[in-house]
Amino acid sequence: MTVRIQQADFDLTTEVAQLRAGCPQVGAIVSFVGTVRDMNDGSPVSEMALEHYPGMTEKSIEAIIMQARSRWPIADALVIHRIGPLAPTAQIVLVAVAAAHRGEAFKACEYIMDYLKTQAPFWKKEQTPTGARWVDARSIDDAALEKWSGM
Amino acid sequence: MLIQLRFFAGVREALGTASESIDLPKHVVTVGDVRAFLCARGGLWAESLSAKKSLRMAYDQVMTDADTMIEEGGEVAFFPPVTGG
Repeated sequence: MTVRIQQADFDLTTEVAQLRAGCPQVGAIVSFVGTVRDMNDGSPVSEMALEHYPGMTEKSIEAIIMQARSRWPIADALVIHRIGPLAPTAQIVLVAVAAAHRGEAFKACEYIMDYLKTQAPFWKKEQTPTGARWVDARSIDDAALEKWSGM
Repeated sequence: MLIQLRFFAGVREALGTASESIDLPKHVVTVGDVRAFLCARGGLWAESLSAKKSLRMAYDQVMTDADTMIEEGGEVAFFPPVTGG
């Protein structure tokens, strides 16, 4: 498992190639990339700044990957999350999961992303024409966790 | 008991501080006690850490609730609900 918190951008192709290198048992890679939108809550967004809790961030994402591993037989997982100022269209986050078959890869990728959204200590602040504002947590993200409780 | 406090995002901005070392009196034994103790400072502290606010708390870098016991050298953090991803 790999967890990286960085300011620098990432290249999906390079990261996926690294994730599956030397793993001939892998038959499925599912990846998710989150990007910065140019609009939020009806306001244009010119920049998004990401703050995090160094130490806790890495620990919490590792714990989430371990939970995913205990649910599905995945070969490996990678999470990269960017911090600092990001412009619209920039990549924010990458979650990639390698597994023998697609079913567990799809599920584990969504699971990791859903938990990251509500458990990993990141905060977004966006610049709008009326000033900077902290992005509010969305109840839809909490609701997304419910689908995993019965599984 | 000496512990470390950490504040993030909107809480950090409102308080104007990101961290503080604090020597707690004996009756402060849980994460919730720490929050109440800081609120008792009044002003911005009472406002920013008010029990009415849906803040998240972490103890030693793990998300936790008010009942968690604290120990010497521990790290208690207060922050708004997270918005990463």
